[in-house]
Amino acid sequence: MSLEVFDAIVIGAGPAGNAAAYTLAKSGLKVLQLERGEYAGSKNVQGAILYADALEKLMPDFREDAPLERHIVEQRMWMMDDNSHTGMHYRSDSFNEEKPNRYTIIRSQFDRWFNRRVREAGAVVLCETTVTELLKDTNGRVIGVKTDRHGDAILADVVILAEGVNGLVGQRAGLRQELQPAHVALAVKEMHFLPEEVIAARFNLKGDEGVVIEAMGTITKGMVGTAFLYTNRESISVGIGCMVQDLAENRVSSSALLEAFKAHPSIRSLLEGSEVREYAAHLIPEGGYKAVPQLYGEGWLVVGDAAHFVNAVHREGSNLAMTSGRIAAETVVWLKRRREACSAENLAEYRRRLEASFVMKDLKKYRGIPALLHRNKHFLDLYPRIASRAAQIWLRVDGVDKRSKEGEIVRDLRAARGWRGLVGDAFKVARAWR
Amino acid sequence: MHIVVCIKQVPDSAQIRVHPVHNTIMRQGVPTIINPYDLFALEEALRLRDRLGGAVTVLTMGPPMAEDSLRKALTFGADRAVLLTDRFFAGSDTLATSYALSMAIQKIGESWGTPDVVFTGKQTIDGDTAQVGPGIARRLGLNQLTYVSAIGAVDLAARTIEVSRRAEGGVQELATRLPALITVLEGTSEIRRGRLADALRAARAEVTVWNAAQAGITEMTKCGLRGSPTVVKNVFAPKGRATKASLLDTREKTPGELAEAMMARIFDALPGIEGDLLAHAAQY
Repeated sequence: MSLEVFDAIVIGAGPAGNAAAYTLAKSGLKVLQLERGEYAGSKNVQGAILYADALEKLMPDFREDAPLERHIVEQRMWMMDDNSHTGMHYRSDSFNEEKPNRYTIIRSQFDRWFNRRVREAGAVVLCETTVTELLKDTNGRVIGVKTDRHGDAILADVVILAEGVNGLVGQRAGLRQELQPAHVALAVKEMHFLPEEVIAARFNLKGDEGVVIEAMGTITKGMVGTAFLYTNRESISVGIGCMVQDLAENRVSSSALLEAFKAHPSIRSLLEGSEVREYAAHLIPEGGYKAVPQLYGEGWLVVGDAAHFVNAVHREGSNLAMTSGRIAAETVVWLKRRREACSAENLAEYRRRLEASFVMKDLKKYRGIPALLHRNKHFLDLYPRIASRAAQIWLRVDGVDKRSKEGEIVRDLRAARGWRGLVGDAFKVARAWR
Repeated sequence: MHIVVCIKQVPDSAQIRVHPVHNTIMRQGVPTIINPYDLFALEEALRLRDRLGGAVTVLTMGPPMAEDSLRKALTFGADRAVLLTDRFFAGSDTLATSYALSMAIQKIGESWGTPDVVFTGKQTIDGDTAQVGPGIARRLGLNQLTYVSAIGAVDLAARTIEVSRRAEGGVQELATRLPALITVLEGTSEIRRGRLADALRAARAEVTVWNAAQAGITEMTKCGLRGSPTVVKNVFAPKGRATKASLLDTREKTPGELAEAMMARIFDALPGIEGDLLAHAAQY
């Protein structure tokens, strides 16, 4: 039996894999995409927000038939303590534009649609097929894959690993290390179903408008993490995630955090009367720049979550995934056109292109944040409490004069952290943020 | 030998929802699967082909998206797939469906050789009628073997097939002449995992798509809603049973006392049963 040879094999059919396979197929390369799920999206979990820009660069016309839920017109950022939230909201009618910038999506539907476009572009897609190992030649060069289906290995000039956060294939092949608890967050989410008109009334929305709530504070019980609530058309996604290291050290389960978050007075009323029909959990590679593994080698590239391309501060991931998938594919196409081999030396171009894009620039910018938050647990606990107390003092009308109220707020701050602590915190944040 | 397998794409009943007001099944967004019984029919067909040689043609009638199910059947190892799709078929009941499928099977016979066996699942999980298979057999004049639990010896020279059939109170061992239509029970054989070569072939295969005319169907009054005398009079969601579990206090009681207490509870809940039981006991 003869071995079949492809120009490229893409492992995985999430945003990164789909972006890579689509770009390769569109350029006329012979592409095989392998997905272990029953269909693309069947195993994929995200909040989920789609950032249009990354997809637009692949398919300018995606809005015509992509399954989109609501476009975001309002962002609420909340600092929560036990029974209040101090928030910053931004809502703008200018988000009601012809080509909105952000959408809520349901990944099982969206990924399936995306993968259909990949197939239409000419890629061969096999679902329910798990890559068990990478095939290497005697020089250690990756030359193909073996799957869990009976049959020969399949060969390719290059293998793009878009296998997601666990990176098991890469790990087994010795291309990367095992996941570190300090490098991943565990997030859980539920889908709460409500009639469309109830969601519209509850969040002050019309048509396809949507709201995003990103929350942090005492809801993560001093651990590094965030919570979210996104409005879909007929459902609300609500979830919370914390670094695995913190969850393990504190012996707290994510589901207990989610229950507490849903019971918070600021959230409870938003979910009232809803029916929970889905529950999902997923790891998110939030280790930032320092957790990024080797990105390329002899005959292989790694993209998306598998490459730890997540900007935890801005809650971005799928856009980094699509962008890295596209850039990886463009690099391969560029080499093919020049009739050059997919050697490690040539594939280094992928890293150079990534460094020039927002993907690596943003990861670099925030490289200090994960460690900063881990070492300064009070950021997510103390400051939300202080903000809430200050707001209470400031807003309560009780016959106390305003100057005294100001004095009380300042005393509160000082008592909590001391001037040196406050200045030190500000300095640390500024340094990590810059 | 040439084997035709009829499959149906159905909503995954594990994930289905019923509309709270209209009581209709909400298919939107519900993943579709191959009717689980049909997978056993497909497996038996593939085993028969592997044993005796020949080809397996998979046939389905449905919307264009039913092609997904056919492609999946090809992944398991079927040789070719035919999708019968036309807006004229919309609203078909079992009578109209069996008509359209029987016409398509005839056309398949003209194109790739008359089938020796037609397989279907015992029933679908969305309609649950178990009528389409027998309907096809009747229209095509095939010997029909329903609720088959195992395929036995096949003699292609003598044109006979032996099967086991589940019947009330036992299993019937039957033999019939080919061509035959067989409806297959669940759990007959372990469903295979398609080989990599089959999966690759399936991903690239062209599914044959026929509209009514291409399938040789001319009598449009027998198709779709017009050809369907079945009328849905009422749709309702079954009410949850109101009966609650009853708990017995087991502390400080002998097994005999517990049995007495349990029977007393049962007789309380089902008055009249005591007399029946006593009458029954008196016979022994």
